[in-house]
Amino acid sequence: MSYQVTVNGVDFEIQAPGMRRLLDVLREELGLTGTKEGCGEGECGACTVLLDGEVVDACLVPICQADGRDVRTVEGLASASADGPILSPLQDAFLHAGGAQCGICTPGMLVAGQAFIDTGAEATDAAIREAIAGNLCRCTGYTKIVEAIAMAAAEGLT
Amino acid sequence: MTITTRPGPARPAAPSAPDALRLPGAGELGIGRATAAPLRREGPAKLTGLALYADDLVFPGAWYGATIRSTEPHATLQGFDFDADFDWSRVIVVTAEDIPGDNVVSLISDDQPILVPVGGTIRHQAEPLALLAAADRETLREARHRIRPRTERLEPVFDPLTSDQIFASYAMDKGDVDAGLAAADVVIEATYRVGHQEQLYIENQAMIATPREDGGMTVVGSLQCPYYVHKALKRALALDSGRAVVIQAETGGGFGGKEEYPSLIAVHAALLARRVNRPVRMIYDRHEDLAATTKRHPAIIRHRTGATSDGTIVAQDVDLVLDGGAYSTLTPVVLSRAAIHAGGPYDVANVRIRARAVATNTPPNGAFRGFGAPQSEFAAEMQVARIADALGLSPLDLRRRNIYQLGGTTPTGQVLREGVAAEEVLVRAAEASEFERTRERTSRERAVRADDDHQQTARGIGLALAWHGAGFTGSGEARMGSMASLELTADGVVRVLIANTEMGQGTKTIFPQLVARELGLDIDDVEMAPQDTSIVPDSGPTVASRTAMVVGGLIVTAARKLKDHVEERTGLPFAMSYRDDAATWGATRIDERFTPYPGEPFDDATYTGDAYPAFGWAAAVAEVDVDLDTGEVAVRSVVAVDDVGRVIHEVMAEGQVEGGTLQAVGYATIEEIKLHDGRYLNDRLATYLIPTALDAPRIETILVEAPFSGVPHGAKGIGELPMDVGAPAVVAAIHDATGVWIDDLPASPERILAALDGHPPPGPPGISTLADPSADPGTDR
Repeated sequence: MSYQVTVNGVDFEIQAPGMRRLLDVLREELGLTGTKEGCGEGECGACTVLLDGEVVDACLVPICQADGRDVRTVEGLASASADGPILSPLQDAFLHAGGAQCGICTPGMLVAGQAFIDTGAEATDAAIREAIAGNLCRCTGYTKIVEAIAMAAAEGLT
Repeated sequence: MTITTRPGPARPAAPSAPDALRLPGAGELGIGRATAAPLRREGPAKLTGLALYADDLVFPGAWYGATIRSTEPHATLQGFDFDADFDWSRVIVVTAEDIPGDNVVSLISDDQPILVPVGGTIRHQAEPLALLAAADRETLREARHRIRPRTERLEPVFDPLTSDQIFASYAMDKGDVDAGLAAADVVIEATYRVGHQEQLYIENQAMIATPREDGGMTVVGSLQCPYYVHKALKRALALDSGRAVVIQAETGGGFGGKEEYPSLIAVHAALLARRVNRPVRMIYDRHEDLAATTKRHPAIIRHRTGATSDGTIVAQDVDLVLDGGAYSTLTPVVLSRAAIHAGGPYDVANVRIRARAVATNTPPNGAFRGFGAPQSEFAAEMQVARIADALGLSPLDLRRRNIYQLGGTTPTGQVLREGVAAEEVLVRAAEASEFERTRERTSRERAVRADDDHQQTARGIGLALAWHGAGFTGSGEARMGSMASLELTADGVVRVLIANTEMGQGTKTIFPQLVARELGLDIDDVEMAPQDTSIVPDSGPTVASRTAMVVGGLIVTAARKLKDHVEERTGLPFAMSYRDDAATWGATRIDERFTPYPGEPFDDATYTGDAYPAFGWAAAVAEVDVDLDTGEVAVRSVVAVDDVGRVIHEVMAEGQVEGGTLQAVGYATIEEIKLHDGRYLNDRLATYLIPTALDAPRIETILVEAPFSGVPHGAKGIGELPMDVGAPAVVAAIHDATGVWIDDLPASPERILAALDGHPPPGPPGISTLADPSADPGTDR
């Protein structure tokens, strides 16, 4: 089967069995290995991407369900420049606050955090924790991740 | 499969390499708190998705590897049945016969085979029996179901107390315990049982082996200790040092779980790659990772503690049993740390510690942050909490009366000559959490609740204290004789050469930071050589919170020597002259080898002497809400105070305390493995739960500095310290809330409800139930 998927603003035509996981298409066909596999059953959130702006686990989405839709991954967060990508405010906040340690949950965490910021909801501690409750991190205790998302949300208001 | 790319509305950010990233300058920040500390070196690569973890690496033509595992806890392997209807020419099968070197996973003892040989004994569920490789995953998946091990079942042993196979045992005595107990006004006796805990790094175990043109093997993977894997690979494949090469990929967490197990996976991948003569990817999925890899040791710890009515602890009698699982792995060393820490951070006149580690027919247990100390210190702290309760004393006051002070003597006879911060961490944790005031309030609330049983939630506060020996136990470091190197290359680049790995804790940032500080350079002027055994020397494993302290000390010393060499030659400050020096004199390399720190050498035979060069100290105060209807515990906040010697990087140090604290909260409340017939039942992430952001408490970290004079930079290590103290603080808080003592970890809703109802606790954690002999062995899988 052939599917039309827009990934980080680029249109792709993908030939694949319909039940092939979006995660595998991203990682193995498109070479976008920023999206990670942690459990393969929607528990850890390491493969979090945005599908038409909605937070989904790419390990649970068959490619047929992404047909004609817009996918955003961690690789789409930084903006391009002649000198290479420039970190987004959220990535920058993670870097400064210490929100990334081993880094394996970070792509999914950033995508979930960005989706939360994009809602424009008030960035309270409770609201941020709720927004990333589907993303497991074993390194940070979440403190600095919550701090980083709050920092980036506050920066967006100024 | 074809991919057609069409021009889209915007160009993707697709840089070729992480180093092309533009780091924001200091003036561009303007958000958050100001930190003088440098930013995480590999941070931009991790944040943009460009960092390459093992499974992200592409090896053209690579095959996929899989492991055929036992489905019995104890049996004789009689052979394999291959389905004759399957086309086996598409698959490579490797068994024990195909191992060119020793069939041993090289570590402390030679008891663990790489693959169980035909005629040999299967000693645990999920034990590797054979290996398969195929060019594609579908073929591999099918082949796995077409091969069946033939076995004859043997009687398994699951209860550590009935096991007669002892991996190690130690005894320590100080004073006269029987006299101490006789003189006590109160004697508290209790038995504590703690279960397994899974490291649960979010990146599963992963290794890729590639045959080399020189007949050797290169292995790239997710690992903590390149030279452990190197040693195992050499021995299994009968290779000399140069032809076995081990390279660390970006590693998505370890916590001890990637200390020893990667050696086994690397050897498996290499055995297949050798047969296929192509790269072989051995990437575990979460289920296999949970089912087969090492966990924290379960323990059964019996205490008798005596105290006089003024609150002086006069005797500790401790009997500790660790369940090592089927093979010894690192168990003797884990037991050693558990035993030495078993009395807790208290200077007690009469102490008797008896510790043994035994074998059961369960998957081997291994390293996990804290390495035996979280188990034994949980029990020790609960005893102290009970003594305070029995004497009607404040848990804070009781501890202050008994803690180690400068000049104190430990159960191994080690005199604490410096850096004792027990009192400081204790007092600061109590102050920051308003411990005494809150405790008065919670006890008033508890009294009111006794008259009104309509209240659903009970609030409690708990305090705990811990010590953690910094670096290897006993003579380990001296025996290992690690070497770390610093090089000024002929091109004028300062380069750190160590085998210690970055797995999130900050190695790649703090080493350049330490060197830059010594040499007067900018941190970006200092490079880290890759963790590749063909490039860096063996500076020892990345374990035991030793990297910052021990290897950091070697590198700071090397930096001072390099600085002296260059300044002597040039007559100018290093920063102004090192590039010219390199241009004139070529490369200069300083190889710094470990020499023992001052102190009394440790005697492994008598278990006396300086068990550790220094100790770190930690206190935690936890506040919890206990739901009295469901038994559920919500940990609201933790104040964590940790003495790390010297803080190198404040943000990363806090990150270690916060992460370790949450792992301890998980250990205390929800993380448990249930076993049946020696098999882990909850071997999926849907059933083995770890705390989410919603479960995590607010964590306030306070760092204390009581430096170690044996290293020039004073650091004592940090990674494991917070893991020791969180669980007893949480369980003490549960007692404060409810009035019940929970002796088994985790303090799950079932255990809390049973205690509230006055029932005996549900089955002990960590011990397998027996298979029903009448049941069909195939039905529970």
